[in-house]
Amino acid sequence: MNLTPATLARIDEVIPHYPTKRSATLPLLHLIQEEAGFISPEAIEWVAAKLELQPINVYEVVTFYPMFRQKPIGRRHIKVCRTLSCALLGGYKTCATFEKEFDTHLGEVSPDGEVTVEFVECLASCGTAPVVMIDDELHEKVDAAKAKQLSDQIKVEAKARK
Amino acid sequence: MIAPAKPELVTVNIDGREVAVPKGTNVIEAARQAGVDVPHFCYHSKLSVVGNCRMCLVEMGLPTVDPATKAPVMDPATGKQKINWIPRPQIGCATNATPGLHIRTQTPQVKDCREGVMEFLLINHPLDCPICDQAGECKLQEQSTGYGRGYSRFIEQKNVKPKRTLLGPRVMLDDERCILCSRCIRFSNEIAKDDVLGFIDRGSYSTLACYPGKKLENNYSLNTVDICPVGALTSTDFRFKMRVWFLKQTNSLDTESSVGANTVVWSREGAIYRITPRQNDGVNDTWMADSGRELYKQVAAADRLAAAKVSGADSTLDAAITAAGDLFKSSAGAVAVVGSGRSSVEEQFLTRKLATVLQAPVSLVSRVGKGDGILVSADRNPNVRGALVTGLINALPAPKLTDLAVAIDAGKVRTVVAVGEDLAAAGLTAAQLAKIAIVYLGTHANTTSAAARIVLPSLTVFEKNGTLVNQQFRLQKFQQAVPAAIGTTDDLVILSRLVAAAGGPTLPVDLTALWKVLAAEVSALGPMSFASLPETGLLLDATPWAALPFIEGESLHYQPSSAKATEGRPA
Repeated sequence: MNLTPATLARIDEVIPHYPTKRSATLPLLHLIQEEAGFISPEAIEWVAAKLELQPINVYEVVTFYPMFRQKPIGRRHIKVCRTLSCALLGGYKTCATFEKEFDTHLGEVSPDGEVTVEFVECLASCGTAPVVMIDDELHEKVDAAKAKQLSDQIKVEAKARK
Repeated sequence: MIAPAKPELVTVNIDGREVAVPKGTNVIEAARQAGVDVPHFCYHSKLSVVGNCRMCLVEMGLPTVDPATKAPVMDPATGKQKINWIPRPQIGCATNATPGLHIRTQTPQVKDCREGVMEFLLINHPLDCPICDQAGECKLQEQSTGYGRGYSRFIEQKNVKPKRTLLGPRVMLDDERCILCSRCIRFSNEIAKDDVLGFIDRGSYSTLACYPGKKLENNYSLNTVDICPVGALTSTDFRFKMRVWFLKQTNSLDTESSVGANTVVWSREGAIYRITPRQNDGVNDTWMADSGRELYKQVAAADRLAAAKVSGADSTLDAAITAAGDLFKSSAGAVAVVGSGRSSVEEQFLTRKLATVLQAPVSLVSRVGKGDGILVSADRNPNVRGALVTGLINALPAPKLTDLAVAIDAGKVRTVVAVGEDLAAAGLTAAQLAKIAIVYLGTHANTTSAAARIVLPSLTVFEKNGTLVNQQFRLQKFQQAVPAAIGTTDDLVILSRLVAAAGGPTLPVDLTALWKVLAAEVSALGPMSFASLPETGLLLDATPWAALPFIEGESLHYQPSSAKATEGRPA
């Protein structure tokens, strides 16, 4: 496991917050996913060793929560809301636009490695539906046109980085 | 573990009947003592309580007291203290007995709960009992008969899950049948100390699995099959071989080590199909090792001795015994006896008699393995203590027959009676074997049987009756499960006839009669008889042998120190 010193420091800081080490499983997994983007088998074993558990104990937790990913995702995570308000106002169309723009399918990493598009449940901004979250940033009223615009922006930034 | 001398008893009321149970006993166990069945799946008396199957829901109430004065509130109609019933049902397994606890298990609400739980459990459970290997010993089948609603309202598609997942070399998982009780997970974690099983995914996708790359392959894995309440975990050795209701159950013992785990041998028409543990809270709880379950295969093994032999030629038993008698006469004073820690107490007693008549020195061969701290001890002979009790030996046996080898080389021993022991494996060289005449009693072919002048085929533990003394000095009996193999003779008959052939007295071979002689001659077995020996065994007084350096380490219900070994002995 190659974790940054900052993450390692946060991990060591968070463990004593709990009466038993085992309780720190969830926060540790969150910290690792925040840094690595997903939970690898290696990470499961690392957490198990760190918390003096058996790997199966951590594996159970990782598979229980759908928001723990066991496979790598794209550089950016595009989360399109599909709950009622957004679905009524075209969330599915928004999502299809992202898929088309990046030539990818739901839950997959786009061929250029830039994004992973996924549906999520309510992002708590029903008044400005449809909404999309790209990493930690909320975008409101994302219709097909705005989705195209956001995609272009991501592509430009990607090009700039290269 | 230090057991409290006298547990505090509390009185609980179950379906109107008062029972006194130790404080902290849970409601399922308390109800069992009152003769009331509380159905359950996940609860197991030897594992931790998780309360996830919800089958043991009962109504619970406590005597009412006035909140202000704490004075009991009496019911004028009955003259007894009023019971404050909790409106919602409680799970019995996680409810402990407290003074005055009232439980109702037969109310409409409890019946409703059970029907509801059964309905949920059966939603995704295949309804193909006729082709399921667990049928006949399935808790789900029994309880859906006893407590289910009898018909299904479920018209949707059932879940589809993997049907044949190998969790380990001996355990097969059918995911569709699993009701997620977690007994196997708790067993692996708490008893076998090999935490490889867990539930992965969630909701109706929940699946029992090993961590990728790991296997359920510890020597206790088959206990998960025993405690699985449904047909999810099955033994790869036994699955689909035989219907359990055709099998005859015989109480027996695990002879792989001095632990003496209690077992049940399941057989039909003279063939053994499986061995499972039998509950004995003083020895093995409800567990046994996987290695002990394989032992039945020796009964029908290809190398089984099937005919008496004299000088390599097949012979009748009578002729072989006569030949042995002649041999004893011709080598009088130069005979040695090699007894066995695998023989039963009765056989060891007759071996001693034989040695006395022949004035022969007796040696035993020790077998040492690694103790696993649970139910396989370091001493792989099941009955070394029996040899001590019957006076066959006075000191612990050595792994090699060094003294005997020296005596053979010096020409002092010309004939050896080997009772079930391979002399070559016990350290005698081929040259030494060639120098002596061997009378071999045994079950399977080996170097000694090949070199023997006289071969007398005898029985495996599954084909005879007898007793063994385990590491706790607990005298336990095993019983005949299957008829003797063709060409073999009961060890007791052979030994008794050898004693007679050597010029000794005629000794009884019937266990009832033999035990009268045993009880009269062996003080430790004083007032007992084979018939009166309880199924869970009887602890003997171990003090005469307390100073011996027994090799066993600590294991389940066994402390190596001699003081602990006699703990709990009935006064």
